[in-house]
Amino acid sequence: MTTLYLNVIAGGILIGIVYALIALGLTIIFGVMRIVNFAHGEMVVIGMYVGYGIWSVTKIPPWMIAPVAALALFMLGYALQRSIVNAFIERPQHAQFILFISFALIITGLHLVLFGPDSRPIDIIESMQSYSIGPLRLDVVRSQAALMALALITGLILFLRQSMLGRSIRAAADNLIGAQVIGIRIRNVYSVTAGIGMACAGAAGALVAPMFDTQPFLATDFTLIAFIIVIVGGLGSLTGALLGGVIIGLSEALAALVFSPALKTVFSYALLTIVLIWRPNGLFGEQSR
Amino acid sequence: MKRALSPRPWPAFVFFLVVAGLGPVLDSFWLSLLTLVFFYALMGLSWNLMMSAGLLSLGHALFLGLGAYTTAVLTASGGISPWLAIPAGTVISALAGSMIAWVGGRFSVRGVQFAVLTIAFAELVRVLFDNWNFVGGTGGFFLKAINPDTNRPLLTLRGGALFFYFAFLAITAAAYFLVQRLMASRWGFRWRAISEDEDAARALGVPALRSKVLAVAISAGLAGLGGGLFGLMQGSLFPDSTMRLQLSIEVLIAPIVGGLGSPFGSVMGAFFVVPLMEFANVLGQRTGYYGVNTLIYGIVILAVIAFLPHGIWPRVVQFVRSARPA
Amino acid sequence: MLQVRALTKAFRGLTAVRDVSFDVADNEIVALIGPNGAGKTTCFNVISGALKPTAGTVMLSGEIVAGLPPEQIAMKGLVRTFQIVRPMRTMTVLENAMIGAFARTADVSKAMDTAFRSIARVGLQNKADALAGNLTLPDRKMLELARAIAAGPRLLLLDEVMAGLRTAESDRIVDIIRSLKAEGMTVLLIEHIMRVVMALADRVVVLHHGEKLAEGKPSEIGADPKVIESYLGKRTKLA
Repeated sequence: MTTLYLNVIAGGILIGIVYALIALGLTIIFGVMRIVNFAHGEMVVIGMYVGYGIWSVTKIPPWMIAPVAALALFMLGYALQRSIVNAFIERPQHAQFILFISFALIITGLHLVLFGPDSRPIDIIESMQSYSIGPLRLDVVRSQAALMALALITGLILFLRQSMLGRSIRAAADNLIGAQVIGIRIRNVYSVTAGIGMACAGAAGALVAPMFDTQPFLATDFTLIAFIIVIVGGLGSLTGALLGGVIIGLSEALAALVFSPALKTVFSYALLTIVLIWRPNGLFGEQSR
Repeated sequence: MKRALSPRPWPAFVFFLVVAGLGPVLDSFWLSLLTLVFFYALMGLSWNLMMSAGLLSLGHALFLGLGAYTTAVLTASGGISPWLAIPAGTVISALAGSMIAWVGGRFSVRGVQFAVLTIAFAELVRVLFDNWNFVGGTGGFFLKAINPDTNRPLLTLRGGALFFYFAFLAITAAAYFLVQRLMASRWGFRWRAISEDEDAARALGVPALRSKVLAVAISAGLAGLGGGLFGLMQGSLFPDSTMRLQLSIEVLIAPIVGGLGSPFGSVMGAFFVVPLMEFANVLGQRTGYYGVNTLIYGIVILAVIAFLPHGIWPRVVQFVRSARPA
Repeated sequence: MLQVRALTKAFRGLTAVRDVSFDVADNEIVALIGPNGAGKTTCFNVISGALKPTAGTVMLSGEIVAGLPPEQIAMKGLVRTFQIVRPMRTMTVLENAMIGAFARTADVSKAMDTAFRSIARVGLQNKADALAGNLTLPDRKMLELARAIAAGPRLLLLDEVMAGLRTAESDRIVDIIRSLKAEGMTVLLIEHIMRVVMALADRVVVLHHGEKLAEGKPSEIGADPKVIESYLGKRTKLA
């Protein structure tokens, strides 16, 4: 019985790492631009279609396609930010919100028109396989996805720490006016940040494509999970996104086991409510009085 | 020097009278379309009210659904007259709203976090209803079909297209005038102040928690009212369609597109958005492509939000004012 | 009217206000002065209810108000302005003032009258319908004052209401405050401009590093060596 629990916990942590990647993208966008990307789930689904598309033609395993999806979504995010979203930075929150809703509708509409509503499973041998480490049986697909997610996350953190552009981004997140005063070109930073945020979503999409059958309507679920994680972890906090992702991945897995699969999201919402009441800014957010 | 603070009510009066007069001459397609417009206008007015106090609701379908289910269950299973069941639904929704607002206010949950809290509550209740056999669970709750020959609409509050046309028109018009009066009253000022700067408002004596709870209670009550009648009209309710997130998103598009500042903007927004939705649906069916409607919807909303930042109605008002001879 | 007793406010690791006590009698104008960082605004925040005290108490006309929410304290007649003005930018000047007026009445037209009178008092009557967000800084400061007056306070807390204004403008505010006093109002103000403090204040309370350094008439305070030292440092003498 404990082996079952251990395996479920391990599986939850693995997928939690991929969730963390999604959440990271959302929290970076918020941390720097104070914008809530309500189309984040749609970006994940684009990544899923990229993963599915390339796999179905080349048979390359989806986890290896993730960087390509990241690149594609980086370009899309950069372009969107540069052309449209930057103009909305000064506008009230509800206007930004509707903007992203319109993006979400357009993207889902395009998906439906181009690919139809049918779900597209990725059938690979690895879906059936698992690694055995002692008593643990780890899903191969999940493990590969988690490892690639970790690699991408590490790369992102290194970028933010070491590179000039990365540090500019962190400066802008910390102190917007100060950053402009020392000469950082904010519009450029915004565009790169949006690109990075959406790249995270896209990469995660490719990673989860073998786990969930790709179809346009998954987007809302991903958006919601990303929001739950980011709010539990703290808007704008990288640590919060990482740990929050793992926490939610774990809690979903355990809730599905202990209660029922249908209730796993409910459990996450309950967790969210408790965190909001106890710490409105999230576990790793700024402490208010 | 001191301009009148509330707009004159009679243009709206005339508008609603004209629309009422049209009822008997419209065919059933137009009747159902306009009924849907009134419904979304009512939802928009309700959503807008909360928003004017700075509270973004992304879970409005919850209030709608609670009103719908309460009314339906009380009439069908409880045998209670809909004249009592609908107010009951309104009250239940208002209570739910008060609770959410209280939790949010008491624990300083604001902005985005509050919006996500509303999603959380809506989803929690939806899943609850999915698993609650008494209300039919995912299988749905059904009202008995009405017999057109023996049914007396004023008794059962159900009827044909014309009945619901007038019913929804009546409650929407009433809601409009109520919201307008509220916004012009002390509460309206307080809500707007809280929305702008809650702490500065409190320093001037504005009771923040009470104001927010009141705003959400009325907002939720109105949604519950509309939901109750809506349930009677549909005849069947499913948690996954009545309380889903997509519906919560749909109800807010009309007021934002129409114009957030004024109640009439919400009404006008519905007149624009609902026919657009229908048109997009029809186009989608004609071309045979799935998703054309979603695509059109998204593009139009993008266009409006990009080029008409304050919504359609303020621009119309501006246009009419400038066209008037000085 | 106001009694502050052993007021202490500590944030994590920093005690901003420590054991401060002073009184403000009815119809007095008391100035709270001190170098930057002395804890003056924190005092205001605790007195007005924006923060809860760590220790000590605040009483308004014998009634304990420490720990009450800010809106209740405002309703009891203690109204404060903010150092960095906070107008409701999407509302008009008149509407801003009406929010204050609504603390005393629920009637819209009465509130409009009260609001208009307070706007006229500060000289903004010609801009009654202007959006507060479009005002210049001096006008915003006037609005902040008008809004507070419209709330009908017994005790008015003014936080650096004259910062950033030209002489003519701050003189106008000095006149307004004098006329408020003549009508029976009590005022506690934080101010840096010594000219104003000397002209207006009946008494002065000096804070330094969160503690009360001195208290007394303006002339006494101006000559107090401890006060001079706190502002200027040890080695300076007044010319």
